[in-house]
Amino acid sequence: MIVDKDVVKDIAALALLEITPEIAEEYITSMSQILTLVEQMQSINTDGVEPMSNPLDGIQKLRLDQVTEGDQRVYFQENAPSTSEGFYLVPRVIE
Amino acid sequence: MSRSDWQVDIGLELHVQLLTNSKIFSGASTQFGASPNSQACAVDLGLPGVLPVVNEAVYEKAVTFGLGIGAIINKRSVFDRKNYFYPDSPKGYQITQLNYPIVEGGKIEISLKKGKTKIVNVTRAHLEEDAGKSIHDQFHGQTGIDLNRAGTPLLEIVSEPEMKSSEEAVAYAKYMHQLVTYLGVSDGEMSQGSLRCDANVSVRRLDDETLGIRTETKNLNSFRFLERAIEFEIDRQITALESGESIQQETRLYDSIRDETRPMRSKETATDYRYFPEPDLLPVEIDDEYIDIIRKQMPELTEHKSERFMVEYDLNNADAKLLASDTALADYFEEVTGISGDSKLSANWIRVELMARLNRDSISIKGSPIPATETGYLISLIKNQSISGKIAKTVFEALWQGESSAQKYIEDNNLTQVSDSKELEPLIDSILANNPKQVEQYRAGKTKLMGFFVGQIMKETKGKANPQQVNELLNQKLNL
Repeated sequence: MIVDKDVVKDIAALALLEITPEIAEEYITSMSQILTLVEQMQSINTDGVEPMSNPLDGIQKLRLDQVTEGDQRVYFQENAPSTSEGFYLVPRVIE
Repeated sequence: MSRSDWQVDIGLELHVQLLTNSKIFSGASTQFGASPNSQACAVDLGLPGVLPVVNEAVYEKAVTFGLGIGAIINKRSVFDRKNYFYPDSPKGYQITQLNYPIVEGGKIEISLKKGKTKIVNVTRAHLEEDAGKSIHDQFHGQTGIDLNRAGTPLLEIVSEPEMKSSEEAVAYAKYMHQLVTYLGVSDGEMSQGSLRCDANVSVRRLDDETLGIRTETKNLNSFRFLERAIEFEIDRQITALESGESIQQETRLYDSIRDETRPMRSKETATDYRYFPEPDLLPVEIDDEYIDIIRKQMPELTEHKSERFMVEYDLNNADAKLLASDTALADYFEEVTGISGDSKLSANWIRVELMARLNRDSISIKGSPIPATETGYLISLIKNQSISGKIAKTVFEALWQGESSAQKYIEDNNLTQVSDSKELEPLIDSILANNPKQVEQYRAGKTKLMGFFVGQIMKETKGKANPQQVNELLNQKLNL
């Protein structure tokens, strides 16, 4: 895959990152290098190899279905820039 | 526009809220209706440094559902991150299952008009977390965010695009709603968002072999909206295609006030969710023993129950299906039959007398003013001919109106059927004596007059005479 200015722009938009044209150049180079490495890895035959979803060779422990967290809204909302009537307020988003 | 030139393909995604005490990845409560953000803990808020831990109950519910539709239960399932930005998802991603969902395959049989049925295949069902709720109209120029719902466990059930009409789609959604409620997988409270539906709709010419371009209408939270949104989309797409336009593959919203769907503006640029395996969670593995334990705990499935009703109680297919369709109704029927000793008569009474009243007054079987014990007792009296069917209806209506005991009502009103020939004989004799003309005509061959005599006796006894007994006695006396 060729990484060009447009690809960097699209990915930045998806990640909500602001990328200046100068930095974009750097990303073109570094992302291309990463993808070259990935291409190299993809040339290895992995037939019959189960895809790995986590490098830790374990299985997930499940927890009991119990309510363990109480109401700490006041404490959490101390960190929020804007709250009202228990709600977190954000700039208006309209569908 | 002519619908007959087109065929419709519909696939549904149902988001079912699982009936758990706590959230899928945190120990915060899932109780509905709490004050905003009072049930949103550090994990739900996506604060730095927190880690999700999977709630075992969500697996129990998902496996129960999977077994309920005869699906494959994947013994190894993996969570993934679906990345997108919206204020009601504070982490910036939703944890879901992309490539290794817990449930794959399975099918259900839906009932349609005119007694038709249809099999609809399920593609998959996976576990995921719900987002929070946005309030747009309460704060000037700002959006209020309530994260109580963030992290609520959902099972997303994806169907194959096999439904051909809004009727089929609604029948499918209703069946699933009934199933998840029946199995205790969800509380099924649609008004509280426990079941939400996305409808994928496309149309194609009758001779087209490939599916048309589809639109996805999101967040339909009632069966009626589901039906309306699909109907609107079918008409809109056919009109567009017939006038030479093309359909955009897009996400749309249904506006119930205008009764139309329209594109979601915020998703104009094609979204790439950049899925990857959730690094904070390991794969979940379950074994056959676990699945067996859940299978044994499950309530009897509707299909099995309706088959059992046909075999055990000798009911016809329609009655068996109807009575087995709801746990409470099925329990009611079995209790009534146990008391009355007549399954067919019990089924008939429940269907004709009880359900008609329940439907008329919009009461659920659980709220029936007449307990199964009274209905059963009443039917036992019909069966042993202590009262006639007609009198039983009077008693039933009295019970419906608030009488508490059938026995007491029958005694108080002296309604017991007269089957004693010593009591009936003098009455019959006097009626025959008072109607010599009719007796003569009858004996001359006008046997239809039997009805007249029976009617007279019923009138005299206020319907309490045992009709069979009356017939026998009349026959004896008239055919001397």
